[in-house]
Amino acid sequence: MITIEVNGASRQINIEPDTPLLWVLRDVIGLTGTKFGCGIAQCGACTVHVNGTAMRSCSVPIGSLNGAKIVTIEGLSPDNNHPVQRAWIAEGVPQCGYCQSGQIMAVVTFLKKYSKPTDADIDANITNICRCGTYEPLRRAIHRAADMMKT
Amino acid sequence: MRGTGVASTVNRRDFILTAVSVAGGLMIGIGAAPRGADAAAISTQPWNDNDHAPHEIDAWIAIDPDDSVLIRYQRSEMGQGSMTALPMMITEELQCDWSKVRIEYASSNRSVREHRVYGNMYSHGSMSVRESQKMVQQVGASARERIIAAAAARWHVPASECAAAQSVVTHRSSGRTLRYGELAAEAAKIKLAKEPAIKTPAQFTFLPRRMPRLDLVHKTDGSAKFGIDAQVPGMVFASINACPVRGGKLKSVDESVLSGVPGIVGVVKLKDAVAVVATDSFWRAKRALSRLQPEWDVGTAGSVNSEQLSKEFRAALTDRMVVARNDGNVDKAMSGAPKTLEAIYETPYLSHSPLEPLNATVNLQPDRLDVWVGTQDAEAALGAAASASGLKPEQVYIHNAFLGGGFGRRDASDEIVQAIAIAKVVDRPVKMIWTREEDTRQDRFRPHAVVGFKAVTGSDGMPTAWSMRVVTSSIFKWYGIPFPPDKAEPPAVDGLDSNGYNVPNTRVELHVRNTHLPVWFYRAPGGNQNVFAIESFLDEVASASGSDPYHMRRKLLEGKPDWLKVLDTAAEKGDWGKPLPKGSGRGIAICNFTDSLCAQVAEVTVKPNGDVKVNRVTVALDTRHMVNPQTVAEQAEGAVIFGLSAALYGKITIKDGAAVQGNFDTFRMVRLAEAPRIDVHLVPSGGDVWGGAGEPAVPPLAPAVTNAIFAATGKRIRTLPIVDTDLSGLA
Repeated sequence: MITIEVNGASRQINIEPDTPLLWVLRDVIGLTGTKFGCGIAQCGACTVHVNGTAMRSCSVPIGSLNGAKIVTIEGLSPDNNHPVQRAWIAEGVPQCGYCQSGQIMAVVTFLKKYSKPTDADIDANITNICRCGTYEPLRRAIHRAADMMKT
Repeated sequence: MRGTGVASTVNRRDFILTAVSVAGGLMIGIGAAPRGADAAAISTQPWNDNDHAPHEIDAWIAIDPDDSVLIRYQRSEMGQGSMTALPMMITEELQCDWSKVRIEYASSNRSVREHRVYGNMYSHGSMSVRESQKMVQQVGASARERIIAAAAARWHVPASECAAAQSVVTHRSSGRTLRYGELAAEAAKIKLAKEPAIKTPAQFTFLPRRMPRLDLVHKTDGSAKFGIDAQVPGMVFASINACPVRGGKLKSVDESVLSGVPGIVGVVKLKDAVAVVATDSFWRAKRALSRLQPEWDVGTAGSVNSEQLSKEFRAALTDRMVVARNDGNVDKAMSGAPKTLEAIYETPYLSHSPLEPLNATVNLQPDRLDVWVGTQDAEAALGAAASASGLKPEQVYIHNAFLGGGFGRRDASDEIVQAIAIAKVVDRPVKMIWTREEDTRQDRFRPHAVVGFKAVTGSDGMPTAWSMRVVTSSIFKWYGIPFPPDKAEPPAVDGLDSNGYNVPNTRVELHVRNTHLPVWFYRAPGGNQNVFAIESFLDEVASASGSDPYHMRRKLLEGKPDWLKVLDTAAEKGDWGKPLPKGSGRGIAICNFTDSLCAQVAEVTVKPNGDVKVNRVTVALDTRHMVNPQTVAEQAEGAVIFGLSAALYGKITIKDGAAVQGNFDTFRMVRLAEAPRIDVHLVPSGGDVWGGAGEPAVPPLAPAVTNAIFAATGKRIRTLPIVDTDLSGLA
């Protein structure tokens, strides 16, 4: 039995320890905002926060997470009001939208470390794949969110 | 069969309505639709299990007594924004209050029951708007006139004395008003003697209008429902492995390795695939599947490889061809010419790779089938599901979700057919998901193509004759579209026969060479490879005569103001001709695709180690008309990135009959760090035709980039992807 906290709620998980966190979130707990894209930590669609760090949940075994605090896109803000979410809406980032939960979760922790990011900082750290190619507004939204979080 | 405005004239009492159980309505977590002050709304779940609403005027529009308007959208939202655009067109004609509109998917089941009331439901070919435009305008206009007629009848005045605006009908002379919500029930009973004319774009008052996409909010908080998110009580999870050599069969598989493994429902053997079904998670099914070692009967296809296919396709350039376009007399113009230019261009198989891998969730009952899926064609999906299940079409319900990318892949229904086959065996609701590797290798690929060019030029260096010979596979054959073998199927030559250049002797020919590999429509079919070929070759012609590639194109497009407008806009905004540092260059390309024109200027830097960085792409796009310029520009930006992934890295290699690449570590995608700055300039030229928006910015990207690489290095790239050419030490 593994105990984790997901979006503030304690969960007892009874499953083989090599099961990736992604599938615990999606299939066991039923939180489907976190997406499956590749299964090998390449695309980042499954990014969630584990103890405050952005991780690609498809490659994190649940057995390594006893006691961990997990935040998914559903738990990022109670009313879709996190500055990164607001910046995403203001810049109209999503097209198909499938990668955007992961993009947003990656950017939230990135901005904690880089409160005034340069384009080079963004290039080096935001490596999630967007197949629709929304990188142009996505970059603008990162800068916008950084500005919003300063004020 | 094209849809017409007929649907809206038919009173729904004319139909025998089938009582619909809502047994399919099992998706949980339906969010309330947040509504902005001035914009319409979409639910987090785009479909509605109940396909009839109270207060319907017809199958498209319902207006409640409180004036809220329900508009049904018959296409599929995969990021292209037509779920916002088409209801905007209906709103333009209906003259309702946009802030009171909510939008949901039209039901393909209802369309089957009601004589295809929604017409074509597919989203491909950049057709969601341009093919629906007349139909949905007619839907809106008809409803408006019926509402006006209902008001006129109440007031006992001629309808011509009444006007409609913002969901209110006004009797001009008396100033009396009635709200749409007060008139809808009567309007539903009215049959117009004659359909009203639809507005011309010049008469639009609401359009074009920049509008944030209505699905935006749901795509920032995880609430938007994709097919893969379906949750059906009692469902089990399936992972599947189809024969990696297409057309091969399952010979045998030893299931005994899974005996005693907990949580396994069973192993399902299909004709060409094996699946494992697990109780509680996709992961459990996938892990168990990876322990099986199926044996396949692959036949002769098992020895096919890319090198051999390349040789065969190139050799076929001298085989018998069918003619797609033949202006003047190419042979005569070329005979005796002192010098001919020749070149061969080649483009590889590609996987569509939408980020949401293909998946389907099905609940198969004796007299009803429910399918949760993201499909680009809910009507075709219904047909495929009916025939796979043996049920009648009206017993099949496609709950179409938001699509996690499509790009042409999500309309084959092969995943639906597989999921139904599995459900038949396990007799429970099943969610089947393809792994990324399965999604790549079981793709229906963008075809491999070879294009051979020959050109002669006049004393001024301008081409006077050119011939283009294409060898590629037939998409129509795999799609099941009957086509005479003595004609050139359009997607195979698109981008070549549709070129706009005034070259008096032009011949375009096709030789179809099919293999065991299925090929399919892929964002900008034909254009995504042929425009690379022709726009690169034209650069070669310009280079051979020492001409500027932009100015040569200008001369060849003389007398075509729309073409010149996009070309000039791209050149001017893209700083054509301005100096660049050593190792950098600009390239230009233009195309006509889906009745739209698109020109691009790419600016690249080639590093001493041969790495290519595309710094900036300037796009000029003429879609003729626009509903929502914001989404048109977004589509152009996305198309540039989509085209860049293919141009720089995209290649599916065939070895022993199977696709080698499987995941994003080997089938590489452009990421943020590689994304160029993109400037989009929209220059709609008007006219009778509406152009597409989703695809036309894909084709010019590759040649603009390779022409820029030539400008920077002198190296002409004739085979994609770019990464296969060593550019080190050239800049």
